[in-house]
Amino acid sequence: MWQAFRDEVKDQGVEVVTVGIDTAGPEACRAFIEAADPQHPSLIDEHHRVAELFGVVNIPNAVWIDEDGLIVRPAETSPAPPSVGVQRAPNQRAMENPPKRIVEMMTHASQIIYDAPTYEAALRDWIEKGVDSEFSLAPAEVIDRSGTRNSDTSRGHAHFEMATHLELAGNHQAAIGHFRMAHELVPDNFAYRRQAWSLEPSVDGPLARFWQGPLEGQEADWPYASDWVTDVKEMGAHNYYAEWTP
Amino acid sequence: MIAETLTVSRADFERRTGWQLKPEGACKGDICVPLADNSDGEVVDLASLADQLNMPLVHDEAHGIWALGPESIGSRALSTVEAPNLTLPTLDGDIFELHSLRGKKVVLVAWSPY
Repeated sequence: MWQAFRDEVKDQGVEVVTVGIDTAGPEACRAFIEAADPQHPSLIDEHHRVAELFGVVNIPNAVWIDEDGLIVRPAETSPAPPSVGVQRAPNQRAMENPPKRIVEMMTHASQIIYDAPTYEAALRDWIEKGVDSEFSLAPAEVIDRSGTRNSDTSRGHAHFEMATHLELAGNHQAAIGHFRMAHELVPDNFAYRRQAWSLEPSVDGPLARFWQGPLEGQEADWPYASDWVTDVKEMGAHNYYAEWTP
Repeated sequence: MIAETLTVSRADFERRTGWQLKPEGACKGDICVPLADNSDGEVVDLASLADQLNMPLVHDEAHGIWALGPESIGSRALSTVEAPNLTLPTLDGDIFELHSLRGKKVVLVAWSPY
């Protein structure tokens, strides 16, 4: 979808850059990227650099940067532009007899709220008008909206990098303790949680990384304080993304 | 930033943290923090810089590595609106730098395959 949007706007002095945040690395992203066939820069971010650098807390999140390299909107929920066609990712076609947990996740997911047409209209307005767009924010507002940073969250980012470093070095058990610290210290970052959950032993096949929680009967072995279904139930699916502020 | 010793190359520190070590101190965007022991050598002391720039230094003793987290200056994730030079590989391992797109508007979109 971003590729189709990019094709349409690329002659207006704008570029799309997509960043796949995944400690499982390029091979985990490959099928999705090849299906989308991006003509724009498409990057792999194994350590979630975009979290500490830009305040990305979930996916999809986007940051708008102007011609001078200045951020005019910090990380916020960024539904793909709906006006230019839907492209399904591989392995996300409807399946027969999905497992109970997946049905439950889909039920919650269907209640997640985001307003794609409004976001796309704002983006097109900025592309057309630049600094004169009402959606291009003043520096103080960009900083103010960019999410919490304090000594705890900073320490949490350090633990997350330690975790991804250990995970990539093949030391999964050692990574878990640092992932747990990151979850505790950066509670706003849902991508940090989903990342760790997606690396745990799971069902076979295409649902493996979407399971995001303990296998049935193995709840006692789950190393994390929570899981996708428990968290989304607690926060309420309608609060999964913060409401978009113009 | 991951380090196996507390003495790291100045270039690595600058590239990884976005702080530039100048005569007036450590600078990022429009912010400059004066440093007590402003070394102009090839290497820097990670613990001292972490302390002065309010960056956490997490140690994993069992594996002998340190992780330096981002500074917390002010209370927000961004301390300046100057976009950092995000440097990441593409699927094929080519290195891309965000600053190569200066002169264009950029929509930077994070996604994940899970």
